[in-house]
Amino acid sequence: MFTANEYIKVKSFDEAYELNQKRTNKIVAGNMMLRLSHRKLNKAIDLSGLEADYILETESEFKIGCMCTLRDLEKNEAFAKCFGPDISEALGHIVGVQFRNSATVGGSIFGRFGFSDVLTYFLVLDTYVNLYKDGIVPLSEYAASDYDNDVIMEIIVNKDGRKAYYESFRLTDTDFPVISAAVGVHKKGRFFAIGARPAKARVIYADYSEFPEKLSPNEIASLAEYVSESFNYGTNIRAGAGYRKHIAKVLTERLLKKTGCEKP
Amino acid sequence: MKIRLKINGKDFAPHIYPSMILLDLLRDLGFKSVKRGCGTTNCGLCTIIMDNKSVLSCSVPAARADGKEIYTLEGFQDKAAEIAEFLADEGADQCGFCAPGFVMNVIALEKENPNPTEKEIDEYLVGNLCRCTGYMSQHRAMARYFAHKQKEA
Repeated sequence: MFTANEYIKVKSFDEAYELNQKRTNKIVAGNMMLRLSHRKLNKAIDLSGLEADYILETESEFKIGCMCTLRDLEKNEAFAKCFGPDISEALGHIVGVQFRNSATVGGSIFGRFGFSDVLTYFLVLDTYVNLYKDGIVPLSEYAASDYDNDVIMEIIVNKDGRKAYYESFRLTDTDFPVISAAVGVHKKGRFFAIGARPAKARVIYADYSEFPEKLSPNEIASLAEYVSESFNYGTNIRAGAGYRKHIAKVLTERLLKKTGCEKP
Repeated sequence: MKIRLKINGKDFAPHIYPSMILLDLLRDLGFKSVKRGCGTTNCGLCTIIMDNKSVLSCSVPAARADGKEIYTLEGFQDKAAEIAEFLADEGADQCGFCAPGFVMNVIALEKENPNPTEKEIDEYLVGNLCRCTGYMSQHRAMARYFAHKQKEA
């Protein structure tokens, strides 16, 4: 567990941002990963008093507060109705219910962890990160950026008709994924994200002009091959690069079958 | 710093240090049912109920518990005894170290979903590790417990 000289429950994002400019201060979100560190902090910055644990649906988007827990999102019926039921598949294997009752969406996105199911899932939707200083940036851009001292206030997911489908492969049910895969099916084409490579997830796009909305079994295999070839893979204690690439293809095939290969 | 919280229905106002975790605070206050296990938010031994949700007390900063309502196994003695009978009947309790966290999560499940399917039971309790039983006996015990509760209702 980290140690801190002070624990400050901030009253505004402005206060959180100001405090977060010092390297010796750190934001505490769900405290699931930070608690594993042995850092010596000057000030631990707690966002839990900002009422940022909301999930708001408007006509055009969902806004998810940075302190919304993974469990609350997993159980949110309106979100699942809009983007498909696989949100529970993406989040439901993350440790246990108790873990997901504390882990936050903001903390998961900020971490940009290689093993992140959350990042892989959101990358195939039209997702943006609302930062205190830099404003609204696309998630794909944020995911590729380095850590800085800005503060995530909320995640915005546009309702553009897209549905997300998710699969992961794990050695044991609640472990980090060996590989994670998601497909976002849009009226113009498909978005594919592969995570836990073990590098962090990235997203690619395949237009229907290249791979039509209706796919034969051979075309499914060919598109899955194309997707798996589009990413780099690495080796760690869980699996080798070659095996990861193979599983990425298998999961993508399964996902394509799951989508019904028809555009929304 | 000083916080105020309610534990098992009683008010407390302990002094804490800034990076104290709730697990340590609860044990310092005498709630020894809350066990320290992996210390990495994986095993479920330290499960408590905070504002009606099961959480891992090893990951909750004690300062975040200010103003919260907390329950540990000490606050559910009768319910724990009832669940323990089903665990005992199926041989689902060996060293017993995981039992307090396990029972707390069963209570949380029952509050959230009083009529779970067997799949829902397994999914809910997957975050409670047990190195003795291999889980099948726990699965049978909880399937029987919830079937019994449904008959009672």
